[in-house]
Amino acid sequence: MKRALLPALALLLPLTACGGDDESTASDDGSGITTLTVYAAASLTATFEQIAEDFEAEHDGVEVELSFGGSSDLVTQITEGAEADVFASAATKNMDDLVAADLTGAEPQDFATNVLEIAVPPGNPAGVKSLQDLTGDLNLVLCAPEVPCGAAAQKVAEAAGVTFSPVSEEQAVTDVLAKVASGEADAGLVYVTDVAAAGDDVEGIEFPESADVVNTYPIAPVADSDEADLAQEFVDFVLGATGQSVLQDAGFGQP
Amino acid sequence: MTTQQRQVGVPAWIYLPALLGAVLVLLPLAGMLSRVDWSRFVDLVTTESARTALGLSLRTSAVSTALCVLLGVPMAVVLARTSFPGQGVLRSLVLLPMVLPPVVGGIALLYTFGRKGLLGAELDALGVQVAFSTIAVVLAQTFVSLPFLVVSLEGALRSAGQRYEVVAASLGASPTTVFRRVTLPLVLPGLVSGATLAFARSLGEFGATITFAGSLEGTTRTLPLYIYQLRVTDPDAAVAMSLLLVVVAVVVIGFARPGRTG
Repeated sequence: MKRALLPALALLLPLTACGGDDESTASDDGSGITTLTVYAAASLTATFEQIAEDFEAEHDGVEVELSFGGSSDLVTQITEGAEADVFASAATKNMDDLVAADLTGAEPQDFATNVLEIAVPPGNPAGVKSLQDLTGDLNLVLCAPEVPCGAAAQKVAEAAGVTFSPVSEEQAVTDVLAKVASGEADAGLVYVTDVAAAGDDVEGIEFPESADVVNTYPIAPVADSDEADLAQEFVDFVLGATGQSVLQDAGFGQP
Repeated sequence: MTTQQRQVGVPAWIYLPALLGAVLVLLPLAGMLSRVDWSRFVDLVTTESARTALGLSLRTSAVSTALCVLLGVPMAVVLARTSFPGQGVLRSLVLLPMVLPPVVGGIALLYTFGRKGLLGAELDALGVQVAFSTIAVVLAQTFVSLPFLVVSLEGALRSAGQRYEVVAASLGASPTTVFRRVTLPLVLPGLVSGATLAFARSLGEFGATITFAGSLEGTTRTLPLYIYQLRVTDPDAAVAMSLLLVVVAVVVIGFARPGRTG
């Protein structure tokens, strides 16, 4: 009986965890701890974990709960009633959607930028040096044009007047990185911050044309937050010296 | 209860969990059906990309099934009709892809047939590049589907027994003749249902394919990969294509139903 119970409990755990999130959102739960819920784009995972930690250190009794996901998914969740206090988007378009839904508590502000970079396996076996080299006879892996990183790759190609013939169009940045890191692909196009986060698994090669397609990250407090003041403080913190230095260390640019 | 024999009744309470189980399987299908945009259904499943993906899926699954039959029939015969030390262990290992998460299978294939894999240098010397090619899709499908054919055929071989084979052999038939004229006809229904299962599994293969083969229209983007991509950008089309795959699966199950004689 006991053995049968364990897997069942394991199945229930994620459910209860989700339930907990909703209840503790932006409220003083009686223990003197105020919870601030921040919805942030998946590409901000490492940086926002660090920023949240720094923010908590400066604010006694404040706990920052982070929820990461695709920006469009997060906007859908907020418009469907998820109780977020702050939203940090990986693209202006998704923030515009939230503004259009009248769900921002203040004017969104740009807090970071990101550009594409060529990722190659360690040692750069195909000898890639420029964007033009990617049109040659090598295994190039891109994000699918429907995904933001793929759309950016397409825009870069148009701006540079080159045509790519990728061997695979992946669904996410991580899939592109995995194929480059394993050496199956000779090169991939991902964001600078993705290359930085991948560490020694891949090498990054900057190219001048990347400046033509700059991705801007906006942040805003969410409307009707129970912790509106604290939400604004978090936004200011991200825009301030501490937040900016964490972001720039990870490879993000300043807007 | 169409059977004439007296049946031992089942406990009344057993119907409740049985019903819950059936609901668990069928309700999500109903949920999906409720989201189908019928007015655009035909348009959604006949787009250029959809037809390319379906065609690729059907072609690769057919090749994989043929490979499964070519390799799986001898495997099942060896497992069912011979005995040698370590056979039990071998049988368990051969069935591994059936219980393995497909993405793990994909990683295993990558480190075997990939450029940097175990056979990468040899394949490169032969001028064969497996990764990102349709060959990779077929390899992934065959890898995950083979055990399904082996299991159902081995079961059929065991339950068919060896009586007729012994008689044929005692009348002077060579092992090959016995295999061709007695064993194979005897287990043909089992082979058909095993091959159908392998085909269905190939058609549904996703995890190993996306890990090992990548995703490119017309080359490696099979129907499940296409649905996965559409899910983000065009949920209506993803639902329509899913329904198409469900219909194909139902037809396949109709073929593979146990007890059906081919």
